[in-house]
Amino acid sequence: MSNPFTMKSWSPRVVGFGIGVLSWFAFATANSHLAITLQYEHIAAMAQMILAPDAAATNRYYAVRAQAGLEPKIDWYLMLLVGVFIGALLSSRLSGDRSCISVPPLWRWRFGESTAKRFAAAFAGGALMVLGARIAGGCTSGHGISGTLQLAVQSWTFIVLAFSAAVATAFLLFGKGGRNYV
Amino acid sequence: MFEVESPVNLALGLLTGIAFGFLLQKGRVAKYQTILGQLLLKDWTTFKIMITAIITGSVGVYLLVERGAATLDFWPFQPAAMLIGALLFGAGLAVLGYCPGTGMAGAGEGSRDAMVGVLGMITGAAVLVVAYNVLEPVALALGDWGKVTVPEMLGSSPWTIIAALALAVGVMLALLARYESGQSRAHVGWTF
Repeated sequence: MSNPFTMKSWSPRVVGFGIGVLSWFAFATANSHLAITLQYEHIAAMAQMILAPDAAATNRYYAVRAQAGLEPKIDWYLMLLVGVFIGALLSSRLSGDRSCISVPPLWRWRFGESTAKRFAAAFAGGALMVLGARIAGGCTSGHGISGTLQLAVQSWTFIVLAFSAAVATAFLLFGKGGRNYV
Repeated sequence: MFEVESPVNLALGLLTGIAFGFLLQKGRVAKYQTILGQLLLKDWTTFKIMITAIITGSVGVYLLVERGAATLDFWPFQPAAMLIGALLFGAGLAVLGYCPGTGMAGAGEGSRDAMVGVLGMITGAAVLVVAYNVLEPVALALGDWGKVTVPEMLGSSPWTIIAALALAVGVMLALLARYESGQSRAHVGWTF
């Protein structure tokens, strides 16, 4: 039997089970849950505190987050975000499944080879996505996995609607013909 | 200037993150291809990972909570925030092709467009912080219903919901397995 760490992929059920067990670990050892976008928000908030302290002083953001116990700090969550990068780097190095892709095949088929165009869209898409996540209070991890497993109403309604909106947008952008490129 | 948590907590966070990133990469969801394959309803990998993670996590976390070893921690139900946030999120996700966690994992795997996406994500979060005073009233336009769970809303035990969820996940995984074996048979041209 080959070494699982050097395999390029594991079955979705094994990975899903692993992420579920990792949630137990996070709750049991740190009373925390898998989440991503709160940290992006904290990075931005800490930047505002340093670069624009006057604007930060009149920003209700800090009082509201502090009241919810979610004030910006160097914490478990921020390290989790760093860890995700390292974990994926490690996994892809061990299996040789590295990518240096700039323009994925589906994108190229629909929008051409321009790297600048793809990067501009990736930047805008990422910005729109996380603005939405922070308005709603979570993303595919914070709502889609951690909130749903806690059976939160906000998380279940969010993930169903977000997934539907993403499917609709994908079909608008690429149509059924796009299926031949994924 | 900022509060810094204990080294033990920071190390635990890093360790958990490394395991999470490792699993995402092994699950192939750090790839644009897999995310768009899901959104175009062709490749169900992402969905299968998510529903398996949810039901596995749910059982363990509710057991921990019942034993007093952990506390639930989730976002309150804010319908306007949920509606606006989900629509922006979905549209952005389809354009970028990585979600926030898998984008960070995709950057770790080396994908250049995922790295640019992460910079965009931090910018999007900055918009929320900078425009918070303006966005807050919009997000709360339909009220804040507090931290409410599905079993609380239905007046049932969480275990009833978890049992129903387990059944639903089992059925969906079985149906997907059947659908996919049908697909691959069609692909190699087998006849019945």
